Amino acid sequence: MTSTLHRLVKVVSLALLVGLGATAIAETDAPAGKAVEGSAKANALKSCVRPTDWMRRNHMELIEHQRDLTVRQGVRVQKDSLANCIDCHARHDDKGQPVPVTAKGEFCQGCHGFVAAKPSCFQCHSTVPSSADTAQR
Amino acid sequence: MSKSKGQTDMDRRTFMGLTVGAAATLVAPGVFLHSIAQAGDREQPVTDKVRWGMLVDTSKCANGCSACVDACKTENGLSNHGRPATDPTWIRKVKVRDNFTGRETNLPLMCQHCEFPPCVDVCPTGASFKRADGIVMVDRHVCIGCRYCMMACPYKARSFIHEDIEIKPTNAPRGKGCVESCNLCVHRLDNGQAMTACAEACAKAGHNALVFGDLKDPNSPVSQALKQLPSRQIRADLQLSTGVRYSGI
Amino acid sequence: MSKIHYREWGIPSPTYWGILIFLGLFIAAAGVSVLYMEHMGHWVTGMTNQIVWGTPHVFAVFLIVAASGALNVASIGSVFGKKVYKPLAPLSGLLAITLLVGGLLVLVLDLGRPDRLIVAMTTYNFKSIFAWNIYLYTGFMVIVATYLFTMMERKANVYTKPMGFLAFVWRLALTTGTGSIFGFLVARQAYDAAVMAPMFIVMSFSFGLAFYILMVMFMYNLDGRPVGDGLLNRLKNLLGVFVAGVLYFTLAYHLTNLYVTENHGVEAFILLNGGVYTTVFWMGEVIIGGLLPLAIIFHPGLSQSRCWIAAACLLVLLGGLSKVFVIIIGGQAFPMSIFPGMTIVEGSVFDAVNGQPFSYAPSLPEVLLGLGGIAMAIAATLVGVRMLKFLPVSLADEAVDPHYSAKP
Repeated sequence: MTSTLHRLVKVVSLALLVGLGATAIAETDAPAGKAVEGSAKANALKSCVRPTDWMRRNHMELIEHQRDLTVRQGVRVQKDSLANCIDCHARHDDKGQPVPVTAKGEFCQGCHGFVAAKPSCFQCHSTVPSSADTAQR
Repeated sequence: MSKSKGQTDMDRRTFMGLTVGAAATLVAPGVFLHSIAQAGDREQPVTDKVRWGMLVDTSKCANGCSACVDACKTENGLSNHGRPATDPTWIRKVKVRDNFTGRETNLPLMCQHCEFPPCVDVCPTGASFKRADGIVMVDRHVCIGCRYCMMACPYKARSFIHEDIEIKPTNAPRGKGCVESCNLCVHRLDNGQAMTACAEACAKAGHNALVFGDLKDPNSPVSQALKQLPSRQIRADLQLSTGVRYSGI
Repeated sequence: MSKIHYREWGIPSPTYWGILIFLGLFIAAAGVSVLYMEHMGHWVTGMTNQIVWGTPHVFAVFLIVAASGALNVASIGSVFGKKVYKPLAPLSGLLAITLLVGGLLVLVLDLGRPDRLIVAMTTYNFKSIFAWNIYLYTGFMVIVATYLFTMMERKANVYTKPMGFLAFVWRLALTTGTGSIFGFLVARQAYDAAVMAPMFIVMSFSFGLAFYILMVMFMYNLDGRPVGDGLLNRLKNLLGVFVAGVLYFTLAYHLTNLYVTENHGVEAFILLNGGVYTTVFWMGEVIIGGLLPLAIIFHPGLSQSRCWIAAACLLVLLGGLSKVFVIIIGGQAFPMSIFPGMTIVEGSVFDAVNGQPFSYAPSLPEVLLGLGGIAMAIAATLVGVRMLKFLPVSLADEAVDPHYSAKP
C-alpha cells in the first residue's frame, strides 16, 4: 500500500532520477542480472523477446505500445504482453510458489528500486504468473 | 399474466419445442456454443463485423438463483470487502414487479453495452470507450476516477473501486481509484472463447436464460433467439440501442 | 470624484499572519484528509457506488459557480460601463480566480486517481462537457489574469474594456458548462433539464456577489478603510435581484417537472417526502438562501444595518451550499427510473428496492476537504491583496460614486 504522498514523491524522484537511472542501467547490470537468475523461466532462455540491451532501455515502450493495442483493439500478442513478462521473469520459491516480481530484489523491483521509479503497472496488474493467480483465488 | 411462474415456463418451453427447429441452440449447454463461436484471433484487432450481445430470457431466469453473479465474481476476481455499498458489482440479480399487473420478473442487470453509450459521451479523458465489436469498457490506464460515467449510466452498471485490491487476476487487471463494469468477459472473447462466464454458469445451472453471441451473425444463437422471442431494451426510450436485450418484461 | 488610489491591504502583520495561520489549519486538515482518502480508498468517505458524488463535489461546484459570479462586479464596470463599479473591479477579478482555484482543488483532490491529473490535461474526449470544462476553467484563469493586468497596468488600460467583454462572455460559457454537467445526464430524473445551465448562471451571480460583499466588508473593516453606504446599498440591492432570480429559476425548474408525469416521483422526493433533502430544500434553499435574505435586503430598517447586510450575504452562501447539496446529492439519492412502470422488489445495493432512496452520510474527511477549498480561496485572496494593489484606499461614496452628492 503506497500513499499518494509516496506516489508524489516517487514521481518527483522519477523526474530527477530518470536520466541518472538510465545511465546507471547502461553502466551496471547488477540489479537485473541477479534477478533473472534462479527459478525464473527466463533464466533458461538465451535472450528476452528482443536483445537484452535493447530491452533494458526500452521494455516500457513495448509494454505501453501493446497496452493500448490490447485494451482498445483486443490485440493480445502473447510475446510482447505484460502477462508474458511476468510469466517468464517471476521466480519460484523453494516450495514452488511464485514470488511477485515487485518483491524486494526480484526482477522488476531490482532495477526500479535502484532508480527509485515505481512501475505503476502493478497497481492493477498481477505480479505473479497467470497460472498462480487463478490458484490464489 | 396471472399464471404462476412455473406454468409460464412450461408453456413457453412447449411452444418453443414445437415451433422452433433451432430451439436446441437456445437450450444447448455452454460447451455446444463454444464450437460455433467465431474464434477471435489474438493477434488481430477486433472489427465491427462482430457485435457481441446477449439475450436475457427472463422466463427462464430462476427466482433466487445467483449463478451468473457468482460466476462473474470468480471470473473477474471481484473481491468482497464485506462493505456492500462500496464493493464492486458487475452483474446483479433484480426482481421487478409491474405496478399495474403485479407480475414479477427475475433478471440479471449489467452493462447493456449500448451502441450509443452515455458513459462514453461524458468521459472527459476517453477512458470509457466502445470497442469495434461493441463492447463498452473502461481503459483504466487513462481513467482518472471522476465517476461522471456512473452519473450518466441509466443502468447503474458501473462500480468505482473504493479500496486496494489484493489479488489481481491476470485476465482482469483492476486497481483502486478507477471505474469498472461488465466487459462481456473480453479476455475470453479475445482468446476465441465466445462465451461469457455468466452465460456459461446459467447454462450449467440448467436455466439457459442467457444467450450470448454475435448480434451481426444471423446464425448465431443470440440472433436466432432474438428472431424467435419478443424482446425489448431496458430504457428503450433513451434509444441507446443496447447490446443486451430482454424478453418477458 | 477624484482619481482612485489603490493600496496593499495594510493590516498589522500579526493580525495578517494570524488569519493566514487560522486558514492554514483548515487547508492542512484538508491536505491530511486527502492523503487519508487516497491512501485508504474512497470507502472511508460517505460516497458509495450509489452516491458517487458527495460533499467534496458540493463544495467544489459551489466554489466554481461562485467564482464566475465574483467576476460580475468587474463586468458591470467594464462591460456595462457603470463607473461606480470600476474601483471594485480588481478585487472582483482576483476573487474570481481564487474561488475557482479553491473549487478546482477540491474537485481534483477527490478524483480516484488525482496523480493522473496530467492525463486529464492531455487526453480529451470532446463530446464530454467535462473535457470542455477543463478548457473553460483554465481559460477563465488566463483571461481573468490578463484582464486584471489590463486594469492594473496603466499602459494596458485601453484593453480593459475588450478584455472585460471577453471575460464576461467566457464566464457565461463557464457557468453554462458547469450547469450542463447535470443538464446532460439524460438518465437521471433530477437532472436532464436544459434549465440547469441558466439556473447555474443566476446562482453564480448570487453566490459570487454575496461572497464579494462579505470579503469587501471584512477586509475594509479590518484595515479601517471606508466603504460608502451608497455603494453598499447598490451592491445589496443587486444581490437582492439575483437572489430573487435564483428563486425564480428554482420555481421554473420544479413547475416544469411537475407538469411532466414521469417526473412526479422526483418532485415528490425533493418537495415532500425526501427526508433530509426535503428539509434542506425548504429550510436551506428556499428560506435561508432565498426568503430570509430577501426580507433583510429589502426591509427598510434592517437593510440599513451593515451587520444585517453581512448576515444576508452569509445566508445566501449557506442557501447556495444547500441548493448545490440538494441538486447533487438529492439528485442521486432519488432512485432513478430503470424500469418505468415497475417496482424493484428484490435487488442488490445498487437497486432502490421498493423505491427506497439511497442513503448518504457525509464523512469528516469530505467536509474538511470542502472547507479547505474555501479556506484556500480566502487565503489566496488575502495574500493577493496584501502583496498587490487590489483594494482602493477608500470606497467612500464621495470617492467612488460619480453621481454622489452630499445629502442636505
